[in-house]
Amino acid sequence: MIRVQADDFDIGAEIRALTAANTGVGGVASFVGLVRDMAGGAGESAMTLEHYPGMTERMLAEIDEEAHRRWPLEASLIVHRHGRLEPGERIVLVVTASAHRRAALESCAFLIDWLKTRAPFWKLEETPEGARWVEARASDDAAASKWRREDATG
Amino acid sequence: MKILYFAWLRQKIGTDAEDVALPAGVGDVAGVIDWLRGRGGGYAEALGDDAIVRVAVNQAYAGPDTPVGDDDEVALFPPVTGG
Repeated sequence: MIRVQADDFDIGAEIRALTAANTGVGGVASFVGLVRDMAGGAGESAMTLEHYPGMTERMLAEIDEEAHRRWPLEASLIVHRHGRLEPGERIVLVVTASAHRRAALESCAFLIDWLKTRAPFWKLEETPEGARWVEARASDDAAASKWRREDATG
Repeated sequence: MKILYFAWLRQKIGTDAEDVALPAGVGDVAGVIDWLRGRGGGYAEALGDDAIVRVAVNQAYAGPDTPVGDDDEVALFPPVTGG
């Protein structure tokens, strides 16, 4: 299941709703991404997340389906916010539930790595010097491609 | 064809979307980008580096050889930075 929204989310409520009435779930893994204070406390460093409505939902759904193909998941959830967010605010939530912990933990890591390089979001940071588009990092590509290699060799 | 621009490509080009009629002979993603770049100004600046520009056709990632026509939605944007 995936959602793209401007509003905040309640981590506990989301996990409870995802696993309610499914006693086949033995383990739940979650990842929560927060807005980091890039200015190092030197001032405001809010950011605005722009996205591509339509393609965002489509890509997240594709990534979610891929996780279900690769791991025996009972349930999964991706919630990604857009709009202006202050430091400390939640940006993204990934939850995976499976009978066993390894599938839950691995698929959760896969989902966040993949969505960082595939989902069409762009961060515009407010800095003391003015607004600045965050550049994509090679380390994010490397983290995502790791899953590709493991898939190819395994 | 509908063309969408995002993030700093949108800012450099100065619009988030436009409807265009493709000139004869333009039938793939690389052709569209070359044609837009030829408009100069913000287009040339935004689309100057092929290694940076990402493309989606009808909301799916596409490459330079992906065919496009007047009924397609093409989006041009920089590498994504979500999560």
